[in-house]
Amino acid sequence: MSTSATTMDRAAPRRFDGGGPRAFLHRLGHGDEVAHVLTLTFAAGILLLTSGLVYELWVNSHLSRAKFGWLFFWTRTWDPIFDNFGAAPFIYGTLVTSIVSLVIAVPLGLAAAIFLSELAPRRMSDTISFLIDLLAAVPSVIYGLLGIFIVVPLMRTTVGPILIGSLGHVPVLGKFFKGPNYGVGFLTAGVVLAIMVVPFIISVSREVLLTVPREQREAALALGATRWEATWKVVVPWARTGILGSVFLALARALGETMAVTMVIGNDPKIAASLFAPGYTIAAVIANEFTEATGDLYLSALIELGLVLFLMTFILNGLARLLIVATERGGGHPS
Amino acid sequence: MSRMLLIWRKSLNVVMLTLTGVAAFGVVAVLFLILGYLVWNGGKSLNLDFFTQLPKPVGETGGGMANAIVGSLKLLLLAALMGLPVGLMAGVYLAEFGGKTFSYVIRYTTDLLNGVPSIVIGIFAYSLAVLPVRHFSAVAGGVALGIMVIPITVRSTEEFLRAVPGSLREGAMALGASKWRTIATVVLPAAKGGIITGVLLALARVAGETAPLLFTAFSNRFWSPGWGQPIASLPVMIYTYAIAPYDDWHRQAWAAGLVLLALVLVANIGTRVVLSRGGGGRST
Repeated sequence: MSTSATTMDRAAPRRFDGGGPRAFLHRLGHGDEVAHVLTLTFAAGILLLTSGLVYELWVNSHLSRAKFGWLFFWTRTWDPIFDNFGAAPFIYGTLVTSIVSLVIAVPLGLAAAIFLSELAPRRMSDTISFLIDLLAAVPSVIYGLLGIFIVVPLMRTTVGPILIGSLGHVPVLGKFFKGPNYGVGFLTAGVVLAIMVVPFIISVSREVLLTVPREQREAALALGATRWEATWKVVVPWARTGILGSVFLALARALGETMAVTMVIGNDPKIAASLFAPGYTIAAVIANEFTEATGDLYLSALIELGLVLFLMTFILNGLARLLIVATERGGGHPS
Repeated sequence: MSRMLLIWRKSLNVVMLTLTGVAAFGVVAVLFLILGYLVWNGGKSLNLDFFTQLPKPVGETGGGMANAIVGSLKLLLLAALMGLPVGLMAGVYLAEFGGKTFSYVIRYTTDLLNGVPSIVIGIFAYSLAVLPVRHFSAVAGGVALGIMVIPITVRSTEEFLRAVPGSLREGAMALGASKWRTIATVVLPAAKGGIITGVLLALARVAGETAPLLFTAFSNRFWSPGWGQPIASLPVMIYTYAIAPYDDWHRQAWAAGLVLLALVLVANIGTRVVLSRGGGGRST
């Protein structure tokens, strides 16, 4: 498609190219330049809007940045009464919930993507992919609703006790699975997030896997590899950059996810090793406290948290995009 | 020995391949679980009052969310009015006029904007539309949702315009039409179905957004006349009702969840059916 469009650009309106004001007026008369400038203005509006966003976050977080500086990231207290704000518990909570969600979602999503690209017949694969895309369209507040009334009770009564009973005694791993279990907390939030990001991993990974040349699979099978070996040792490594891209994309979504996490994480600004402990994330604290922020410094600290969140997702999205583009062009593979 | 190895490799093959299938069907099962739960719980509590009544004061049972339904529609209208013109025009620019470098910058920025967490968009809309006037309003909510509509519309518009065959453009131009005439009378009508689809999907996506509305549109337990006052919306109502300690509110949260999900899924499935019939481009 894009080739035809570019040929067009080259071939089309150059016939007026005489230069000079007469030619310009002529083109103006035909409306081409007007349409060009008009659409260009709107496109430039997007640039303006995005830079406006960064500017507002930067300017409005000035008070907090001036007062706390880099200490903001290391301070563990969040005390609106004495105007003492530190982001550490929120950054910790955001990272832990996102990592938990990836630990669950990456194997699940990759396996499903392999099934859809390598095993399922085309029609079946398309139908399942469509259903999984629908899962991505479900609003996050609905995930939160299901989280509160289904995942939290399940975690409190069934899954939590089982995990504490089994993994709680394992030497190193054990300290993540100890302590009181309220049902809400890092693990619950991570599980809900995993369900929310898995569709992104599946759809991007499937696309990337489908771009792996057919000959790669055939060569491996001809050498006597089983179907699984051909997939795991040839196809997946070929597509690994793009798969990594899908993981970054999912991570960016998980970091910025607000409602579902707010509803199940317990909203307690503490740093605890136990995954069953209640915590807090950047997005959740903004959602909960923004309207209640009375002091200017309080508001400014919340906006600085927004800035931190923006930068995190900005970097991840940029990396994800680069990786996915690299694989789909076929440049991702070393050989 | 090598026989053992072969058996091992073959059974590994079967086990792993089965697991991939289990993963795929497991994820699909989650979708049906969600649907089932909402239909079951929401269906029980959905009644005519839900669509026609205002919320009752705390402590009284019954009442509905008529104001939130109208509120969501008003917010969507505002979002469409603010976001769609920018998105559509920028999409036309990228597909029909754009040069190389500038288009790349615009595309990259659009993707960047698309990836910004919705809560951060909320902060931005707050500083644009709430801080100057010092109170929450429907307009501020519309600004937040409108910003979110833009990147989705840009990309889908560009994609569907590019899917229009170049020969159509060349035909129009060979007949002497200028470029903008070609676009307005030939290219845009050819891509109409796809573009409308993209617009609907964009609106369906922001219809379920909660986070950016919390401190822009805020919420309201009564009707919100005009555009300058705090306004209720379905997603925010679901949130406040779900975290409240009243059983009757939980019941209504389920009902609202069912209505919201039905709207979003109908838009998604409907556009998909239209697309597969018209054979539009691939969406990512």
